[in-house]
Amino acid sequence: MLDNLTNRLSRVIKTLRGEARLTESNVADALREVRMALLEADVALPVVRDFIAAVKQKAMGEEVIGSLTPGQALVGVVQRELSALMGGENAALNLAVTPPAVILMAGLQGSGKTTTSGKLAKFLAEQKKKPLLASCDVYRPAAIEQLRSIAAQLQIDFFESGSAQKPRDIALAALDYAKKHYHDVLIVDTAGRLAIDAAMMQEITELHAALGPAETLFVVDAMQGQDAVNVAKAFSDALPLTGVVLTKLDGDARGGAALSVRQVTGKPIKFAGVGEKLAALEAFHPERMAARILGMGDVLSLVEEARKSVDVAEAQKLAEKIKKGKGFDLEDFKQQIGQMRKMGGLSSMIDKLPAQLAQAAQAQSADMGEKQMRRIEGIINSMTPQERARPELMKAARKRRVAAGAGVQVQEVNRLLHQFEQMQKMMKQMQKGGMAKMMRGMKGMIPGMR
Amino acid sequence: MFSFLKKSAEAAPAPSWGERLKAGLARTRVQIGGLFGGGKIDAALYEELEEALLCADTGVAATQFLLDNLRQQVKKKGLSDSRELKAALREGLATLIAPLERPLLIEGHQPFIIMLAGVNGAGKTTSIGKLAKFFQAQGKSVLLAAGDTFRAAAREQLTIWGERNQVAVITQQGGDPAAVIFDAIQAARARKIDIVLADTAGRLPTQLHLMEEIRKVKRVIAKADASAPHEVLLVLDANTGQNALSQVKSFDDALGLTGLILTKLDGTAKGGVVAAIARERPVPIRFIGIGEGIDDLRPFIAQDFAAALVDSD
Ligand SMILES: Nc1nc2c(ncn2[C@@H]2O[C@H](COP(=O)(O)OP(=O)(O)OP(=O)(O)O)[C@@H](O)[C@H]2O)c(=O)[nH]1
Ligand SMILES: Nc1nc2c(ncn2[C@@H]2O[C@H](COP(=O)(O)OP(=O)(O)O)[C@@H](O)[C@H]2O)c(=O)[nH]1
Ligand SMILES: [Mg+2]
Ligand SMILES: [Mg+2]
Repeated sequence: MLDNLTNRLSRVIKTLRGEARLTESNVADALREVRMALLEADVALPVVRDFIAAVKQKAMGEEVIGSLTPGQALVGVVQRELSALMGGENAALNLAVTPPAVILMAGLQGSGKTTTSGKLAKFLAEQKKKPLLASCDVYRPAAIEQLRSIAAQLQIDFFESGSAQKPRDIALAALDYAKKHYHDVLIVDTAGRLAIDAAMMQEITELHAALGPAETLFVVDAMQGQDAVNVAKAFSDALPLTGVVLTKLDGDARGGAALSVRQVTGKPIKFAGVGEKLAALEAFHPERMAARILGMGDVLSLVEEARKSVDVAEAQKLAEKIKKGKGFDLEDFKQQIGQMRKMGGLSSMIDKLPAQLAQAAQAQSADMGEKQMRRIEGIINSMTPQERARPELMKAARKRRVAAGAGVQVQEVNRLLHQFEQMQKMMKQMQKGGMAKMMRGMKGMIPGMR
Repeated sequence: MFSFLKKSAEAAPAPSWGERLKAGLARTRVQIGGLFGGGKIDAALYEELEEALLCADTGVAATQFLLDNLRQQVKKKGLSDSRELKAALREGLATLIAPLERPLLIEGHQPFIIMLAGVNGAGKTTSIGKLAKFFQAQGKSVLLAAGDTFRAAAREQLTIWGERNQVAVITQQGGDPAAVIFDAIQAARARKIDIVLADTAGRLPTQLHLMEEIRKVKRVIAKADASAPHEVLLVLDANTGQNALSQVKSFDDALGLTGLILTKLDGTAKGGVVAAIARERPVPIRFIGIGEGIDDLRPFIAQDFAAALVDSD
């Protein structure tokens, strides 16, 4: 596992202590660490280079020299600069035009355009808008069927098209239809295309000209690497983009592409895709993203929140235990569930987390999670300390006793033991992982969460 | 939750930024393009080489490794010309990734069962379409299993690839991927088919329950045929940055990978992360994808790949 930037910097910064002021030579090491962290997070090299230059300039300035702890000031400069570059407050869709307002989707193959089209339609319908979905992807097999089926799932109007038609004809007919049927918004999905495919880039330029969209959204995969700058530049040259959607943030990519794309296009990232489900769309939080890119994201913010309500010493003890490969037993399981409850139940805890977990928050009913947690606690409470420490003792007779004690069916005890076993396996798999990773893992273990 | 919609903060970028970046990009391009003109070997040259590798997604550690190696070569062989340096770097890279060049051999089992896995949108289904053509061209019979029961119209997408190849596609109405693939294996056996290609839904390694689901798919395949699956392929998108390495590790830990397919190399992404994969988790790259068409599949040739990466501008 890569060190996160905080660790690295604190190491470097120790050597800075006691020096009267920051000089080019004594921040050089720290800046090298920042550069590495950004590159490891997939921020494109030219962007990294300019960023480092900017930080250096700021660090050489008064802010730092006047500060009592130069090391802290440098970390501060890095974080501030990065958040500033990611953009300020999250930006909204701007659909204030004579209806129908058109949203045109663009991006590479597989970046998430079709799914995001569906997510936006759902989101707008919830705002009491009347969206229409149309697909101009006549190339990828079953692409139109994919959007049709998403629309049906959402009960949102779908404009029929076929793969024998021309994309521009579909777009114009859909626009006409939207006007006639008083749709507020027309969302036009397009085929994935490579930035160097001149004919396809020409096609989308023409689609844009025909539709005059209010929003032209560039859909980017959070896992994308260095090439993000080139691709973003080509799309932004071909189309007057109005915003970016960053998808697949539910993964563990650091998402440096966000910074690359933001810099090249100069356009705000308006949404984050945080799951495959159609509800998994979120506002984009620049400051969270900055922290994530630097590798200080999820763990720090979770620990921050957790500190308020959770026994940190307990959590650390557990983390230690797991790190050392010692058994994770039912008592620990219970404690963890208790802690999650103290943090205000699963859903509220997940709200505090960065994007990765929001998918789960959308999918599960908070009530069910809460109730389930209490039942699990009840079952474990009915076990003896020996049983909690050695769950393999739980044979049929003991199971019956515990079930009776907790007032549940034996099947439920079985289910708990099975869940626990899964969890134990998971713990073994991520002995190196932090708390956030652990929590992330739990979402699959708790019933009612996908 | 979406209260941000009310705000209309259009965060304007600093005007100078875009210009600066464009200049920056141009700088990189010129540097790398004019890199090997035949001049002296100096620190600046190494720095430019480092940039070329980093821009190809090679990653910090693998780049460092390749450059250290290069420095040794320069000393040992007494290289003095920047053109020789280029050849040496290409050689170093080719040597590093050469162990990944191990073509897939279909032998010893009938049906030979190939399972594909990967993150969302990597190109699994498309690769199956291409593989079906590839194997049929070798005189093998093929059957497809529609194991992606989650994504909208995934079944229809695979069915179209089946039609293009004129091969049967086994699908099910319901939702269990393992069951569909199990069925397909039975069907292949009954029909004396040579190869089963099993599609699966895309999943991110952070979704532990979905990783558990795909492990189950593998177990169920083994129930249909104790020696199967005979090949477990991870499909990787060449556009992916350093996360590709963690994808390889996670899927390998979960499934025991036997091969990789690297897709979308027809774009400008170079897939340099392969160097990191070669160092840390050397799973053979069976094929590369170079387009959306049925013929756009090629074997992985380490020399060619290295040349494309180092010659890149
Ligand atoms: N985990 C996760 N998966 C996503 C997200 N957005 C999209 N996907 C998945 O990514 C894959 C590709 O998404 P699509 O919406 O089909 O992408 P596309 O850009 O329309 O793809 P093409 O039309 O083939 O170019 C699908 O499996 C989606 O379910 C996301 O935010 N998180
Ligand atoms: N340019 C290009 N596009 C590809 C390649 N392989 C797949 N694609 C496209 O990538 C997108 C996602 O592919 P798909 O097979 O549906 O991915 P899956 O979700 O992993 O099954 C589709 O639009 C494909 O046409 C390739 O080698 N090059
Ligand atoms: Mg699509
Ligand atoms: Mg697929």
